[in-house]
Amino acid sequence: MGEKLPKVPGDPDTLSRPMRTLRVKMVLLGSSGVGKSSLALQFCKDEFRRTSPTVGCAYLTQVVHLREVTLRFEIWDTAGEEKYHSVTPLYYRGAHAALLVYDISNRDTFIRAQVWLRELEKQYLSGSTVLWLVGNKGDLEQRRQVSAQEGQSLANDRGLFFTETSALSGDQVEQLLLGVAHRVCECVGAQQGALSEWKETPHVDLCHRNTFNPFASCCKVGP
Amino acid sequence: MSHRDEDVTADSWRQHRKHVFVLSEAGKPIYSRYGSEEALSSTMGVMMALVSFVQSGDNIIRSIYSDGHTVVFLQKGPLVLVCVSSSRQTEKQLRGELLYVYYQIISMLTQASISRIFEHKKNYDLRRLLAGSEKILDGLLNLVDSDPSFLLVAVQCLPLASSLRDNISQILQKAITPNLVFSILIANNQLLTIVQEKTVIEDSRLEPADIHLLLNLIGASSAFQAGEIWTPICLPLFNPDCYFYAYISYLDPPECTVCLLLLSTDKEAFYAVAECKRKIEEAMMAQNSLSLIAKVQSYSVSQVGVSDLRHFMYKPFDVPDTYQQLTQFTSPEMEAPYSSEEEKMRLLDLYRYMHSRIHSTSRPLKLIYHVAERETLLAWVTSKFELYTCFSPLVTKACAITAITKLLRWIKKEEDRLFIRYPPKYSTTPNPSKSSRGGKSDQQDSTDNGFLSLL
Ligand SMILES: Nc1nc2c(ncn2[C@@H]2O[C@H](COP(=O)(O)OP(=O)(O)O)[C@@H](O)[C@H]2O)c(=O)[nH]1
Ligand SMILES: [Mg+2]
Repeated sequence: MGEKLPKVPGDPDTLSRPMRTLRVKMVLLGSSGVGKSSLALQFCKDEFRRTSPTVGCAYLTQVVHLREVTLRFEIWDTAGEEKYHSVTPLYYRGAHAALLVYDISNRDTFIRAQVWLRELEKQYLSGSTVLWLVGNKGDLEQRRQVSAQEGQSLANDRGLFFTETSALSGDQVEQLLLGVAHRVCECVGAQQGALSEWKETPHVDLCHRNTFNPFASCCKVGP
Repeated sequence: MSHRDEDVTADSWRQHRKHVFVLSEAGKPIYSRYGSEEALSSTMGVMMALVSFVQSGDNIIRSIYSDGHTVVFLQKGPLVLVCVSSSRQTEKQLRGELLYVYYQIISMLTQASISRIFEHKKNYDLRRLLAGSEKILDGLLNLVDSDPSFLLVAVQCLPLASSLRDNISQILQKAITPNLVFSILIANNQLLTIVQEKTVIEDSRLEPADIHLLLNLIGASSAFQAGEIWTPICLPLFNPDCYFYAYISYLDPPECTVCLLLLSTDKEAFYAVAECKRKIEEAMMAQNSLSLIAKVQSYSVSQVGVSDLRHFMYKPFDVPDTYQQLTQFTSPEMEAPYSSEEEKMRLLDLYRYMHSRIHSTSRPLKLIYHVAERETLLAWVTSKFELYTCFSPLVTKACAITAITKLLRWIKKEEDRLFIRYPPKYSTTPNPSKSSRGGKSDQQDSTDNGFLSLL
């Protein structure tokens, strides 16, 4: 896990936690309306609110503290619409983690997720990218069209991780991000220099950036 | 209930003041303002039949009038746009509105890709590419109905002390990176300042319509979005075939009223452009700009100090020197008796009527004095300005003229506050050909932008 990464003491902004901050690029892919923006909002602001269809791509950041390392997630929330298809590679090129999101109450979105997966596998991924299949809207049990087993077996066949979430209730959302954090450290972090270090630019005001730590409790326990 | 779910057989559907439909040349529905396109496909089929019938006689159908409705057709490349209106607007005005709809579609897809898509596949379903964008077109049509900027083809900037505007412009001017071409600050959906790349605006000026489309795109879609946005966007009047890459971020979350928009020609420039935003944010923090902006309001006609003057719209043509100025206009808040939505619309309709008469192709006029039922209007066009004024009902022509003289004097005195007088510039392009109109590199990108792989 994170323990494999060497400690670098003395970074001024993490004096209290003598560890370095590594940048993780994560991209959210999937059809429009499956809840990518809502998940991103849960990851970063811990809240659910009305969203409007994403224009192009939105960039958000969230810091996750693991026991041995701090990860600064740079999250690209894509629109998932075909009109942005041409530019999407811009966003997922070089990603350390990709979440393939579908809506469990809409089978088409599950099929679309597999199209995204093929595209990713075809050209843009290094073997070390963490791929995670996410069945969102888990709260819509009564309208379910894709069973959890189906999701799980697709994931097994294709070597993906799998989680069902609800961005509405927040169920499994924290666990998902934390899971990704650990897997990224394992899969990517093991390769020397795969994650670049993040240095806070001097003078930048970070007071409204997201530096709170929703995982404090989990991290004390450790993975 | 959303407009999309409307029952298209109901009377209420028929009674909408203005319907707008977009279809492909092959007759495939693309967009309908009210009701879903599927439900309306037979209606659209009829329209297409009409269009092709008239086309076959080498006589492109332009408009039809029937019992209180005007039907206007506009064909642009492979797209056919239709407006069915019971408003009293002229065919010319309605066609202008359809053109805005066309341009908004272009702003998302570019003209080059639309042509290429339909060259490859005549019956392509463009809704696939416009999925999620209906709201943007809905928003545009609502603005077209309620905001005179579209009628006047001019931009209204936020009234602001020129010293404050200059300060903010300077902040934007300093935060640059290669290939940045426009830096725009918007407050309460109004333009606060716009800084432009020198070489880019040497070849071509920024058209108000492009700004309107940008403002609508931002307003209709991004306000609820968390994070910083990076998206391809085309300014159709600037260049209908190229994409710019737009960085959009709100500077005052969670209120989200002050929006920064940075346009680059380089799609890889996100991090560099985001860094410009940090610099701008920091400088604005240091100068306390945000709280100063928050205090700014649009102005009241009472400030002019002319009794009986209820409202006006003033669009100057006498732009200082060689600056390639954005066409602007100024107008006070609509106040009582024009507070309700209906009354606002009624006043706008009166302005539209005056506008159509002033700009009549058969018999253009310079001055119109129009006594309406509940107000008196006077419109005046000179080589220096275009002015529309609304007075209380019993004002005589002579009184109105005196009042206008006072109004013009007041505007002159206030013009530094009401207009962006000297649009600031910067220089960021080491290689000007890249960003200029029709720049080869971008053209390449946008015409081969991957849509074809989806056919
Ligand atoms: N019931 C339910 N609705 C959700 C959930 N996540 C998102 N939504 C709703 O689904 C719609 C689309 O969500 P959005 O995040 O914009 O999807 P995106 O297009 O993938 O970014 C919105 O109306 C959300 O409120 C969820 O977990 N459960
Ligand atoms: Mg979204």
